[in-house]
Amino acid sequence: MQATHTAGHAGEHTHDEHGHHPSGWKRWVTTTNHKDIGSMYLWFSFVMFLVGGAMSLVIRAELFSPGLQYVSPDFYNQMVTLHALIMVFGAIMPAFVGFANWMLPMMIGAPDMAFGRLNNWSFWLLPPAAILLTASLFVPGGAAGTGWTLYPPLSVQMGIGMDMAIFAVHILGMSSIMGSINIVTTILNLRAPGMTLMKMPLFCWTWLVTGFLLIASMPILAGAVTMLLTDRHFGTTFFNAAGGGDPVLFQHIFWFFGHPEVYIIALPAFGVISHVIPAFSRKHLFGYASMVYAIAAIGLISFFVWAHHMYVTGLPLTGQLYFMYATILIAVPTGVKVFNWVTTMWRGSLTFETPMLFALGFLTLFTIGGLTGLVLAMTAVDIQLQDTYYVVAHFHYVMVAGALFSAYAGLYFWLPKWTGHMYNESLGKLHFWLSIIFFNIAFFPQHFLGLAGMPRRIPDYAQQFADFNVMSTVGAFGFGISQLLVLVVVFQSLKGGAKAENRPWDGAHGFEWTLPSPPPYHTFEDPPAFNPSEAHA
Amino acid sequence: MARNSIRNDYLKQLSASGARQTESTPQEGRGTRGAPSFLGRLGGIGLLAGLLAIFSRAACAAWELNLQAPVTATAKHVYELHSLLLWIITVIFIGVFAVVTYSLIFHRKSKGHKASDFHDNTTLEIAWTVVPTLILVGLAFPATSALVKMRDTSQPDLTVKATGYQWKWGYEYLTGDAAGIKFMSVMSTPREQIENKAPKGEHYLLEVDRPLVVPVGKKVRVLTTATDVIHSWSVPAFAVKTDAVPGFLRDTWFRAEKEGTYRGQCSELCGKDHAFMPVVVEVVSEEKYAAWVADQKQKLAAAADDPNKTWTLDELVARGEAVYTANCAACHQANGQGLPPAFPALDGSKVAKGSKQGHIEMVLNGKPGTAMAAFGAQLSDTDIAAVVAYERNAWSNKLGEVIQPAEVKALRGK
Repeated sequence: MQATHTAGHAGEHTHDEHGHHPSGWKRWVTTTNHKDIGSMYLWFSFVMFLVGGAMSLVIRAELFSPGLQYVSPDFYNQMVTLHALIMVFGAIMPAFVGFANWMLPMMIGAPDMAFGRLNNWSFWLLPPAAILLTASLFVPGGAAGTGWTLYPPLSVQMGIGMDMAIFAVHILGMSSIMGSINIVTTILNLRAPGMTLMKMPLFCWTWLVTGFLLIASMPILAGAVTMLLTDRHFGTTFFNAAGGGDPVLFQHIFWFFGHPEVYIIALPAFGVISHVIPAFSRKHLFGYASMVYAIAAIGLISFFVWAHHMYVTGLPLTGQLYFMYATILIAVPTGVKVFNWVTTMWRGSLTFETPMLFALGFLTLFTIGGLTGLVLAMTAVDIQLQDTYYVVAHFHYVMVAGALFSAYAGLYFWLPKWTGHMYNESLGKLHFWLSIIFFNIAFFPQHFLGLAGMPRRIPDYAQQFADFNVMSTVGAFGFGISQLLVLVVVFQSLKGGAKAENRPWDGAHGFEWTLPSPPPYHTFEDPPAFNPSEAHA
Repeated sequence: MARNSIRNDYLKQLSASGARQTESTPQEGRGTRGAPSFLGRLGGIGLLAGLLAIFSRAACAAWELNLQAPVTATAKHVYELHSLLLWIITVIFIGVFAVVTYSLIFHRKSKGHKASDFHDNTTLEIAWTVVPTLILVGLAFPATSALVKMRDTSQPDLTVKATGYQWKWGYEYLTGDAAGIKFMSVMSTPREQIENKAPKGEHYLLEVDRPLVVPVGKKVRVLTTATDVIHSWSVPAFAVKTDAVPGFLRDTWFRAEKEGTYRGQCSELCGKDHAFMPVVVEVVSEEKYAAWVADQKQKLAAAADDPNKTWTLDELVARGEAVYTANCAACHQANGQGLPPAFPALDGSKVAKGSKQGHIEMVLNGKPGTAMAAFGAQLSDTDIAAVVAYERNAWSNKLGEVIQPAEVKALRGK
């Protein structure tokens, strides 16, 4: 009853909406609609994903065999830097902000995000930042070749490309902070009556915590790169020992941002998975309350473990011990989440559509990444593995298999809702299987390379590393090419296909599934009544 | 074709190192020695079995799956700790995914399984919070003990300073008989091998002109620092890795238990040639070490330049070319054309054809904010005079100027 009411209600509004919103390109530039902005975030993120992905293939091509093949070491370093910056700030983060824009208002029964114009501005800051980053490749001296961590004094040596990267980071930071303020305000103030915080969908919870993490950590990154900027051009010596500064200070500030950043990426991914697994298990999420506590605990602890990225910088022994214990501690709430997902599936009624496959892929690979994280948490072992390919393998298991696979789970899960058409299930499954197979061929061998001592961020390597590198490159190209399948799937679903019902997945719960597919331009202009049968807990 | 020859070299190299390992096992004679290697190998092989099946059996033997064979007590602790962790995470992974697999097989809708709606169980939730916590606390004990031992740099037998430069290491012996010996350690792999114009040697990228030489069984403390950017001094077989931070001293130590040559690489991105500044440590017997020290001292005395000598242009250019190749050619290139804009050309440049004083000062003090390092502390007056003279007379810069070491000395510290 509620669904038909909403549909009818929303239908009226779509009708008179044609009167007063601009069409054509002006619609996209001036829009304050969360669905439009969500779509723009998602498209932007996919374009950036392809750009960053192409860069990773330059890296892998160069590493196919020992010796210098295609690019100079300088250009190689620039690829390493831009690949990471673009993937983290251009692809993964905007993807989840896109999901948040599309889904949060529909999940909590709100008409839109709290601040429409701010939302528009948050998005439109991204393209200039992306242009600054990519254009820096073409200025004299090229892009920053420091790695995404931008450590001084190396970053002080760089050319104007470094300044462009700094400004890009500033702009991206502003966008993230404004986006987060919007998301936090929306979640705290615009929930439908009756939806208390502890009845809110998990995706909202993960974004609530992520929003606070972003608001707290982004200004710190902005501060760090600003100090870098003044060291470069205005004679300050924050990071220069000759003037009383310390290069390692930058690393402390950077990682005080950088470690929460890891969870900024991971938490919304956890949120998506916490919707997909119950839907395809046809059960409620196991341990909703403990999931919420785990999210909050992870968010909090993430601020107290930053120096585990710096075990070899000369921390005192007591510092190393403290950061080791704190880091180990984070494994507990992370473990709780994994156990909860596993138990959600237990005695369910499982089916394996593409979103579920990606969620299972996430679960498997993220667990591997988490467990190698435990290995790296042990300072003594980390000293052996720091700055080797083991670390590269570890964070790609967490980032690619964690964030990207979860983003795909979300994409396939919500695509019928967005487009009103079912996607091509066989292509989706093919995409999953190619992704997971090639991902493992690309990244699993990197654990062995790292154990054997191959440093990261090198364009050329000793010959005993040759065989695993061949394997890794083959895997990376396979993985890269398989990602183009997503484009086909999305375009097909936009153009047509089987009509999606309001609730295309019979196990899915929540306000969003009571709306028609696709939902009208404006939804929930009047708050819906909270229906406990749609609740997640 | 080229790949085949590389692979053959590589297999040779591996069989050689394999032989070395088997020899060493009885020599080690420690109760713990067999255990980590057994645990580690088994764990590694188990995890990889599926992946390895894709490749031929011959290649399998060559694929390194684990940490390098440890040659210090610290490295052994790290090896054992890693093997222990590998076992624990493997067991946890198998345990969790056994449950998942059971669900995936027996709780599917296609088999007619009906979902039972339970969604909380406080006992279970407390259990899987407490049990992992206990496992982690248990792990913290060996992890702490390994780390505490690793960080104890007190009472060394020998102290060496390793200074990171873009892109080479400088070593200086600070204590013991060798005190005062200092030299640069530069990668010796020829450019042709890197550019694939010559077959790659056995220790491609992991060989230097002058390795660090230390006696076996002695506690060697290594102080690290750098002059330009952060580098990291690392030798995996010793489980040693410490950043070299410009303007600061860090320290680490090792006591190598076996003679041999051990190789590592710079492990912090330090710019263009980060991949090309290996660390090579030669561990020799005490007698050999004493002989090496005596030999170095003699050479040092013989090589000392007479400060009052007046140099001719030909002498300067000949010596300057060698200095240029070792210190300048990586950026400014052998043909003087540089790699603009980051690394400008010297052929016809304003500095190289401008005032003598400006040129010498550039080499002495570098140019802050760019990759041009200050060579004042790295090179002697004679070397700087020679390299400046070479740059002012090589390529098209035929200025015909002679520069005496005294002129460099006069400009130092100005």
